[in-house]
Amino acid sequence: MLRYRTAGVLTFLCFCALIWCLASETFERAVSAIPTGKSRAEGLAAWEQVYSVLISPRCINCHTATNYPQQGADRHRHFANVIRGPEGKGVPGLNCVSCHQGVNAESTGVPGGPNWHLAPLSMRWQDRNDRLLSSADVCRAVTDRGKNENMDGGALLKHHEEAALVLWAWNPGRRPDGSMRTVPPISHAEFVDATRTWVDAGTPCPRGK
Amino acid sequence: MRTAARLEKGAHLGRRGFLRVSATAAGGLLVSLYLDGSAFARAESQRPPAKAYPPDAFVHITPDGKILITVNRLEFGQGVQTALPMILADEMDADWSQVAAELAPAADVYKDPVFGIQMVGGSGSIAHSFQQYRELGAKTRAMLIAAAADRWHVSPDQLRTENSVVYGPGNRSARYAELAKDAARKPIPDNVRLKNPADFRLIGKPVRRLDSRAKCDGSQKFGLDLDLPGMKIALVAHPPVFGGKVKAFDAKEALALDGVREVFEIPLAKGQGVAVVADRFWTAKQARDRLKIDWDLSGIERPDSSELWRKFKELARTTGNVAVARGDQNMLAKIPRTNRIVVEYEFPYLAHTPMEPLNATVQFQSDRAEAWVPSQFQTMDQMAIAEVLGLKPEQVTFHTEFAGGGFGRRAVIDSHIPREAATIAKRLRGTPVKLIWTREDDVRGGYYRPMHAHRVEIGIGHNGMPMAWRHVIVGQSLVAGTPFAAMMIKNGVDATTVEGVEDTSYNIPNFHVSAHNPTVNVPVLWWRSVGNTHTAFVMETLVDELATRARMDPIAYRRKLLKPEAKKLSSVLDLLEDKIGWRKTLPEGHALGIASHECFDTAVACAVDVSIENQRPKIHRATIAVNCGLAVNPLTVESQFQAGIGFGVTQLMAKGAITFKDGLVEQRNFDGYTPPYIVDAPTSVDVHIVPSAEAPTGCGEPPVPVIAPAVVNALNKLTGKRYRSLPLVNL
Amino acid sequence: MATFRLNVNGQRKEIKVDPSTPLLWVLREELKMTGTKYGCGISACGACTVHLDGVATRSCVVPVSLVGDRSIVTIEGIASDPVGRAVQEAWVEKDVVQCGYCQSGQIMTAVALLKATPKPTDTNIEESMGGNLCRCATYVRIREAIKNASQQL
Repeated sequence: MLRYRTAGVLTFLCFCALIWCLASETFERAVSAIPTGKSRAEGLAAWEQVYSVLISPRCINCHTATNYPQQGADRHRHFANVIRGPEGKGVPGLNCVSCHQGVNAESTGVPGGPNWHLAPLSMRWQDRNDRLLSSADVCRAVTDRGKNENMDGGALLKHHEEAALVLWAWNPGRRPDGSMRTVPPISHAEFVDATRTWVDAGTPCPRGK
Repeated sequence: MRTAARLEKGAHLGRRGFLRVSATAAGGLLVSLYLDGSAFARAESQRPPAKAYPPDAFVHITPDGKILITVNRLEFGQGVQTALPMILADEMDADWSQVAAELAPAADVYKDPVFGIQMVGGSGSIAHSFQQYRELGAKTRAMLIAAAADRWHVSPDQLRTENSVVYGPGNRSARYAELAKDAARKPIPDNVRLKNPADFRLIGKPVRRLDSRAKCDGSQKFGLDLDLPGMKIALVAHPPVFGGKVKAFDAKEALALDGVREVFEIPLAKGQGVAVVADRFWTAKQARDRLKIDWDLSGIERPDSSELWRKFKELARTTGNVAVARGDQNMLAKIPRTNRIVVEYEFPYLAHTPMEPLNATVQFQSDRAEAWVPSQFQTMDQMAIAEVLGLKPEQVTFHTEFAGGGFGRRAVIDSHIPREAATIAKRLRGTPVKLIWTREDDVRGGYYRPMHAHRVEIGIGHNGMPMAWRHVIVGQSLVAGTPFAAMMIKNGVDATTVEGVEDTSYNIPNFHVSAHNPTVNVPVLWWRSVGNTHTAFVMETLVDELATRARMDPIAYRRKLLKPEAKKLSSVLDLLEDKIGWRKTLPEGHALGIASHECFDTAVACAVDVSIENQRPKIHRATIAVNCGLAVNPLTVESQFQAGIGFGVTQLMAKGAITFKDGLVEQRNFDGYTPPYIVDAPTSVDVHIVPSAEAPTGCGEPPVPVIAPAVVNALNKLTGKRYRSLPLVNL
Repeated sequence: MATFRLNVNGQRKEIKVDPSTPLLWVLREELKMTGTKYGCGISACGACTVHLDGVATRSCVVPVSLVGDRSIVTIEGIASDPVGRAVQEAWVEKDVVQCGYCQSGQIMTAVALLKATPKPTDTNIEESMGGNLCRCATYVRIREAIKNASQQL
């Protein structure tokens, strides 16, 4: 009797697991554009390229999990006790825009772009100890429509293609000492291509941690 | 700066000075002080007699009753621009609402009566000029009374004064403004009776600063704000390693900028630099950035922090030049090892970084010059400018500008900033030149509080008290090779290296203090409270450690260890204990830290309530007890302590160190060398002054040494660790 | 060199200057308004704080070419704002200043705080004033003066 019941439970569990797997895939596809046939493997490879940009200093310095932004190639805490504030725009008297204007200030070395502010905490790509989140974790965060301002794959692609603060990463201007800030490891065009491939594959995320 | 001599109790101006009074064309009264040259020569041995410069004023009464009091000090935050006029106005019975103050230009008549040069330092402004300004006020009053007595044909005894009015019998009265012209013709009394302190109306009372409003509405001008017709701005490119020279430079790109006037090499106090002169600051800065300079750094020592630490710590293990050797020098060896501790400390180079960047403005005509400098060292700076320009000091009209902080940075023995300005002004004959050091120049430009290593061996007695103490300090001399050396170096020991240890008020038998003053290619300078910045940290953390070992309360332990004659320290420990009832209700995660120290004749005791937030010490509250003798302006005293301990937190800041790598300073600006912001400073500070009628002593520097040891003593209770290396990077 | 028309404390000013010049130096040297101070040049200290369209801004890092037609208010003009006046009075009443060099920036920042948050908590104060340096460390009285000013509003 027990053997039959055990078998039944196991079968049921396998069935649930299968449903779960299918549901995940479906879920993944739900955030993608109409699939055009990029394989999961291609999508994951493209995602790693996208991830390499997201965790580069020009992007991740404002995608913190703390109440402060970071700055510099070494991602140290932003000087002068600048903080997040309730809307990611700093606090009265010490707003992001107290120093960061609409474009880079070449002569003084302060980077700038439209509506300079911190990404909301839901879009954090680090942990509270300033350590980078894994590729899997960042992928999940970026594709979670409850956290990413309800962007589907198409919207994510458009965001990567056109958003001013994203474009800024490839035109980050000079530091106060005159040297140029580093740009992400691939070009913007490559970044957009990789995003498109990833979206076409249904925005797959690496499994596990 | 260490007090070299003490003003004798009861010294009167009469022995060393006299007043000269003249009437102004506009009808006011000018009272001047000329110091007796021969008395000076006797007191200061072979110092040349003071020159009599054209009449300068201490008090000027205008026809409409304004009272302009000249302050013989730089005002750079310490409040002397209010306190000294208070003293004079009180004795003079002047209407305080009519008093305004101005900063004296450089002149013999304004020299510090004790130091013998015009300067601000050693927390000496009130201590040295209290008597002087009382007498000035009293003598002025006496002459006004004499004038009224004449006018009314009565005896001066029948008159009294109040609020800029002389009152006489039969309801007569006359305002000071009316009497000023006649008073100017009266003889200056040799002696005057000073007020009974019970009659003080201003001295001892909290009086708000005279310069407050102007500093709140943008109208107060500092040295950097000076604007003169035809003025040019100068920046100087300094060598990246101190003492470097210019091999060659290419100014083509710099000169191509619109508004750049000249680019040329100049000698510096050490080495050479390249000066850029332009119409505007921004132009000069851009031009300097475009200079291509080939520096000759050959044969110059390239300071390197790790190398220096290795050398300093090695030196600290050997006996240096002896400062104190008291008792049995073999006692330490007789004490069992279990009752001995050996402790080493490290203190980095510190930059002052006053808020207003360094600057000096000089205009040179062939036979005279004019200078505007926010200077702590007017006599020296005036002499330096004169030397550069080939003039006599009296040919240089030297204006003292308000300074945005100083902390010692504007009192430099080699006057390198005014020298740079004068050198450039010499070339641009006729044109006023404002030299500006950018913040980067300031952070990288040297003249730091020197780095120090300490090594202390203590033998502890059965009662927990120190029985033997052997202390070696290693740090550069501040004055070796300068005119101050003879006064301040004894037996090869720079007094500023060991102050706070060698003169400790703790009763330590078998006490041995020695020091090494190595030569390093880094210009060094006194930093607010000088040697006490590191010595007090060592003493107060060691005493705390001993108290913990002895399982005694830190205040009780200090009381027991103090010499009986340490009355001021004793009084502040008592007052402190009385005011820290809050120690009994410290929340979870908070700890109490205690430190006390006496320097510049003022004793301070400090208690802090500290917790750890975001891996940094958070100082929720500090309670301070201070004994500074008579507190001339208790509001200023309170502010000096509330804020002075915040300044002292600079030593604890994670980025509170200047470091060198292969000859180059590693820090650039406030991003790399970061002083305390509001979050780092104590949130609330209550200050309690021991009531005293004794001679006033200084409050500028005494707050600084106590805060760092108090905080780390509290941290010890939270983490169990002892912190012996500053700055505090990891808790 | 280019011509810029600026709105400073309610007045129109026309200046001809290198467009890369920070607003700070335009104010100080072209307009001779020295109340706004140079402390560091890299926006780390706040001594250069002005208001641009009411937003506290560090003028040492904003090239004049990026100001546009935003209204500029400096320490010299803040008294025409009731919050500005209240802050200045509180500063004087509390005897906040020592050397005073940072205080223009402290006041301009405090005014921005109080205009947005008329009854700030200790945390609000510490956060908003968190980037203004005072080497004299007058922070204790700054906190008290802000609280006093807020009681007047």
